[in-house]
Amino acid sequence: MTNTGTNFGLNVGRETPQETMATIAGTANAMKVVIVGGGVTGLSAGWWLARSGAAVTVLDKGIVGWEASGRNGGGASHYQSPLFEEEQRMWPEMDALLGYPTEHQKERIVMAVTEKQLRQYHYIAKMNNEMGYRVDLLEADQVRAMVPLAGDNCLGGMHYRFGGHANPQRTVQAYAWALQDLGGRICQHSPVTGFETEGGKVVAVHATSGRYECDAVVVAAGPQIGALMAKLGVSVPLAAARAEMIVTEPAPMMPIGGVDGNGLYGRQTMRGNLAYGGGPHEWLATFEAGPAARPSSPLTRNLARRVAELFPKAAHLNVIRSWAGIVENTPDGRPIIDRMKGPENVVVATMSGVGFGLSPASGHAVRDLVVDGQCSFTDIAKLSLSRFDGIEPDWREQRGWQAPKAELAA
Amino acid sequence: MHANNGTDPSAIGTRLPAPEARYDIVVIGAGPAGIFAAREGAAAGKSVLLVDEHPVPGAAMGNDVPLFFGGRMTAATQNAERMLETVFMSEPGLEAAMDEGIEVLLGTSAWGVYRNGPGMAALPEAVVALADATRGWLVGFGELVLATGARDLAIGFPGWNQPGVMGAAALTMLLSRYEAFAGKRVLLMGSHDLALHTALLAREKGVDVAGLVEVRDAPQGDPALAEAVRAAQIPFYLNDAVAEARGGIDGVESVRLRSGAEIACDTVVLAIGLVPSIELIDAMGGKRVLDGARGGYVPGENAGIRCVGDCAGLADTGFDHVAYRMEWARELGQLSAPDTIVCQCEEVTRADLLGVQPPHYLERPAPMAARSLDTLIKDGPPNPDQIKRLTRAGMGVCQGRRCRDQVAMMLAMAANGPFGTVPLATHRAPVRPLPLRILADWEESEDMRSGWDVWFGIPTQWVPYRDIDTPREREHQQAIAGNMSL
Ligand SMILES: Cc1cc2nc3c(=O)[nH]c(=O)nc-3n(C[C@H](O)[C@H](O)[C@H](O)COP(=O)(O)OP(=O)(O)OC[C@H]3O[C@@H](n4cnc5c(N)ncnc54)[C@H](O)[C@@H]3O)c2cc1C
Repeated sequence: MTNTGTNFGLNVGRETPQETMATIAGTANAMKVVIVGGGVTGLSAGWWLARSGAAVTVLDKGIVGWEASGRNGGGASHYQSPLFEEEQRMWPEMDALLGYPTEHQKERIVMAVTEKQLRQYHYIAKMNNEMGYRVDLLEADQVRAMVPLAGDNCLGGMHYRFGGHANPQRTVQAYAWALQDLGGRICQHSPVTGFETEGGKVVAVHATSGRYECDAVVVAAGPQIGALMAKLGVSVPLAAARAEMIVTEPAPMMPIGGVDGNGLYGRQTMRGNLAYGGGPHEWLATFEAGPAARPSSPLTRNLARRVAELFPKAAHLNVIRSWAGIVENTPDGRPIIDRMKGPENVVVATMSGVGFGLSPASGHAVRDLVVDGQCSFTDIAKLSLSRFDGIEPDWREQRGWQAPKAELAA
Repeated sequence: MHANNGTDPSAIGTRLPAPEARYDIVVIGAGPAGIFAAREGAAAGKSVLLVDEHPVPGAAMGNDVPLFFGGRMTAATQNAERMLETVFMSEPGLEAAMDEGIEVLLGTSAWGVYRNGPGMAALPEAVVALADATRGWLVGFGELVLATGARDLAIGFPGWNQPGVMGAAALTMLLSRYEAFAGKRVLLMGSHDLALHTALLAREKGVDVAGLVEVRDAPQGDPALAEAVRAAQIPFYLNDAVAEARGGIDGVESVRLRSGAEIACDTVVLAIGLVPSIELIDAMGGKRVLDGARGGYVPGENAGIRCVGDCAGLADTGFDHVAYRMEWARELGQLSAPDTIVCQCEEVTRADLLGVQPPHYLERPAPMAARSLDTLIKDGPPNPDQIKRLTRAGMGVCQGRRCRDQVAMMLAMAANGPFGTVPLATHRAPVRPLPLRILADWEESEDMRSGWDVWFGIPTQWVPYRDIDTPREREHQQAIAGNMSL
């Protein structure tokens, strides 16, 4: 095996997740926390808070995980994030801690079918090895040995000795059920319509299903964060877009299911299906009530092509579904995980389009901000909302991120 | 790289291609209703494309696409050329349509309809996506006429998951269009017009008909048809139901009825009902409404799209199809053990569906095992697609054709409500299982290729946290552009 540079596995070398749980248990006793948004971010936060003894209520406009959290690629290898090491520490334990299966699987292989991809992957491997996250470079033959569906067009690849993937819908549901098992409340079909403030704090959250008193609020409503925070006089710059995926019938199981590359992200599911996405997104308008539809487009064909190129030996497999999800992005594409200066008991959490894999850690960070006012396990200062203070009102137009006129008119 | 110059090089922009052809009218489905609509259009001077998926490739038939063939087609169906000729010749209207200048494409399925609307504005125009045995492509239309007919309603019972259990529409297709039915002796479930017609057709085609099984105490269909069946010496087993289909390596060999009767047959035909083929409408996010007298979910008003024939809803004869099939489902449910398979592709049992349990390759720790439809319902009206994703029922290669309707029936019964309490799980494009290499756009534009990014192409998104705001940030951004992993 050809390895570049340093060769450390991911060595976190700290307490186990169970020990963390024991440490935080009871620290938020009887604190009433209302969480707006039942995606992975809100639910993980709720789960962490409930473990700390908080009385948690999650309000969602629909059912849990119905937006991006149940529709994504399931990838969990986000080495760029300050939450990454905590994510990696937590994932292997999540099934046991939650009590429900998430289908988490370790490691990934990324394979190139063009020279440009190969160059990029080599750079990424080097960058990771420098950070102490081990990536092995693979020759084309080595890829073919590890990825039975790869073909003659494979030029090489890399093997992340970290990271992994899980089943999005199952994971969302696992968080939700685990939260309920800890006494938390999940109110579905309960869109939040407003907040009641008093003395610089939110004291109650209003939803169509009623009024919920609270000591603290977490706003993790995905693309709807902007409209909700505006009600509190806080501006959160976000733009939403549609992303699409396709899935095939089951293929024979590969030893590592987390294989992608060729401009795709995705995974082989534990059932064997090949589920992949990638390619151009469409910026959309954001509506307070949520998206009216999440259509997929003929991009399905371009995705099919890339999957067939990635796995020539699977080109005969039937595509059986396509779907789309809507994600929000901040102007720099990085999350905002921050406690507001005012109202000071509000925490905002948007993962800016990359939030599924990081969810075991994002929930921990949110829990820390709610209970302790700061993140206990990593520095997240660069993810604060204040970095966008004074951003130009036309930041979307500057980036070409504006919603189509036709959609706005509709 | 973000130049903040008002453009996003990774956004969809104008990358979605224009259709490769365009017609005033595109008609999907070349049954009588589709042929009529096509000829009407041609007579009015319009350019017309008429497509029909039959003959479907042998592999698709093996997956019960689009009808429930139950593995009872002969080897002749593997001969694509011969099937094309047979299917063409069996519908005289096709030749007439061609003579009138209509472009006719057989063996061509429509797998999606795409148009701008909520959540999408990037399409150059509305298109219907087609595929044949060699490739996929897009076609534009002035008007789209859906004449996709109705498909088989399957309801499971012990032993239904073996070759030889099939649907009435599939049998009719094999007998009258493909001339490729492999069975010799059939037993039908149901006694409404569909079952009566199918029994008479089978008899006419020289197939031995062992009888019709009916849960109610009298034949349900047109009395004249029932009389014709009786006159043909075909017995009715009234007030009865199929308790089990038994078989061997080649599938069904006999059936045991609830009454205890044993009936030798190689084929059991589900002739309880048909469901209008609303896949294309549903997958495009079009409206659908529930109408029991017209066969279940039927298309609602959808601008620019006209539904004709059975896909618009079965003829309303005053018979409540949904009430009838629910009675069957209740009866067969009572005769089925908890381990009876509901979803054949994913091997989901009744118990697992109603328990909202994960597939067997996953662990079921105590908290998981304690969950069920009941606990799910406590959290609010259950969503069929949520249950689908959790149990995998309907997630297989047949795309839920064999189980979507019965899952909705079972969930409604379990929730103590009428059919529709838990709506039908949604359809997704491609509404036919299509191989990657056929679906693929091998002629995509350079623009699509060059702008392609794995995610949003926001380079700052992927800079390692520790390098943010350091001199290394720029280097990373240039080297990796947006091409990272999720
Ligand atoms: C196609 C696709 C592929 C992706 N692939 C990956 C991947 O491989 N790896 C990865 O890590 N990430 C991936 N992502 C991104 C990831 O899915 C999201 O970042 C993540 O799910 C965000 O979770 P969330 O809980 O913050 O937001 P969401 O999932 O958007 O949840 C927000 C919730 O808030 C609710 N809500 C909104 N408004 C209100 C209101 N007024 N009142 C009450 N509730 C409200 C919504 O109903 C929703 O359930 C992908 C996304 C898509 C669409």
